[in-house]
Amino acid sequence: MTTNRTYDAGVKEYRETYWMPEYEPAATDILACFKITPQPGVPREEVAAAVAAESSTGTWTTVWTDLLTDLDHYKGRAYRIEDVPGDDSCFYAFVAYPIDLFEEGSVVNVFTSLVGNVFGFKALRALRLEDVRFPIAYVLTCNGPPNGIQVERDVMNKYGRPLLGCTIKPKLGLSAKNYGRACYEGLRGGLDFTKDDENVNSQPFMRWNRRFDFVMEAIHKAEAETGERKGHYLNVTAPTPEEMYKRAEYAKELGAPIIMHDYITGGFCANTGLAQWCRDNGMLLHIHRAMHAVIDRDPHHGIHFRVLAKALRLSGGDHLHSGTVVGKLEGDRDATLGWIDIMRDSFIKEDRSRGIFFDQDWGSMPGIFPVASGGIHVWHMPALVNIFGDDSVLQFGGGTLGHPWGNAAGAAANRVAVEACVEARNQGRELEKEGKDILTGAAEHSPELRAAMETWKEIKFEFDTVDKLDVAHR
Amino acid sequence: MSEMQDYQSSLTDEASRKFETFSYLPEMSREGLVKQVEYIVSKGWNPAVEHTEPENAFAHYWYMWKLPMFGETEVDTILGEVDACHVAHPGNHVRLVGYDNYAQSQGTSMVIYRANSA
Repeated sequence: MTTNRTYDAGVKEYRETYWMPEYEPAATDILACFKITPQPGVPREEVAAAVAAESSTGTWTTVWTDLLTDLDHYKGRAYRIEDVPGDDSCFYAFVAYPIDLFEEGSVVNVFTSLVGNVFGFKALRALRLEDVRFPIAYVLTCNGPPNGIQVERDVMNKYGRPLLGCTIKPKLGLSAKNYGRACYEGLRGGLDFTKDDENVNSQPFMRWNRRFDFVMEAIHKAEAETGERKGHYLNVTAPTPEEMYKRAEYAKELGAPIIMHDYITGGFCANTGLAQWCRDNGMLLHIHRAMHAVIDRDPHHGIHFRVLAKALRLSGGDHLHSGTVVGKLEGDRDATLGWIDIMRDSFIKEDRSRGIFFDQDWGSMPGIFPVASGGIHVWHMPALVNIFGDDSVLQFGGGTLGHPWGNAAGAAANRVAVEACVEARNQGRELEKEGKDILTGAAEHSPELRAAMETWKEIKFEFDTVDKLDVAHR
Repeated sequence: MSEMQDYQSSLTDEASRKFETFSYLPEMSREGLVKQVEYIVSKGWNPAVEHTEPENAFAHYWYMWKLPMFGETEVDTILGEVDACHVAHPGNHVRLVGYDNYAQSQGTSMVIYRANSA
């Protein structure tokens, strides 16, 4: 113990306490990489130290109660600063937080600190949380995905290929009975799952319990008809946790294999509780990410999606929307591959070329199926199978329901296409080069696929991505 | 644009029953099967043969044909066991599984003989 300090009121520079370039992060520290855009004229070390302070123990002035504890044990430490390739307006700051700062198993608590008040801090023009390293010691305090990829494959009896889903459209306005019809048609045509749209909760045109009833009838009939196991993501996202659990319990009572939640609008607290409930009740959990783009799209401010993906893996979910790379929504290919690994793998190495700033060890925490959804159709199938591999859910909404002969034919077209791509990949063929030949060959035996290929041939999405990886040649 | 077609599938038509991976493709040629078995071997998965009566096909557990062929890498041997199972149980569906002992799950599973096929 050093000599006792005395109380000296006033404002101290943050860097005197929170900038520690000599610090070697401990294996148990939570590490964060922030991209900081400072106000002009503020030195980098001071801003980095301010971020470390404001996201951990510090406040703007010294207080006498600081001396009642050992702040040197609890404080966050800014330990490294790096240039951002190709962008002089900002820099990376690395901060280490001692594990004792956080409640065990609480994604809520970690994020309340890391992305709390500090994001409104005046010395910053903008701030973005690029990546977080959760030490295995913290990971093991979290419940994580209720089931994981292997368990879901075993439960649903789906092996050796990506799973196929479809979001029912129009997203709002169908009656429960007509909605169940749309599900039935898709499932009997060869889909594994149909899905509630995220904003389908329990509106006046379709109350949740009627929807659950009709959809379950659709599942049962499609299973009997095809001999395959089927599911529908019954969205239990609700205004209150009590209502959410009520819906989840009813889904279980009906024998539904999977339910669904929106983890950002619903909140980490509700999500973590629901994931625990799913573990306890043997229910698969599909996670949607409405509102994520508000948080993760701006390259200078907010939270990168790879961090939101880590938050979900800790909070719990068996599926998570990941972007498609090829469809209508935003997604840089290398960065997407990076966060797909974060969802699925047990250990992910630091790899700046994919935007991964830290090694991440998940130990035996189960992996999450990435869900590719949004503006994709059969012509994207070869690229999707190549990018995502087997452990993924490929979800075609318009790309199923928009088939000129209806949902069953649209589903069959996608099923034939995915199986043809898997067969070709297993033979060692290059999917993205030979995609057209592979699909054309498969269409010879499938009029449904042929019609789908005629329908969607010309659709392309060629806008450049807004949030790119930071590289020097930009 | 092709003329609209009805989607043929019903509870009463046995031909509507599907068998997961590759069951929406036409029956594979011997050459095609060889390629898929080579893929199972290349992944280091352990091949296994299972069969069932058609009316019990929905169950998770089919009958095991002998034991999984741990460490077997000869494609002819593997397909030979599939054929032997089919000969012994001509009225049953026969599938080939690739057990992935790292994932502790099946890497793949495909039905090779359907009960109603030759």
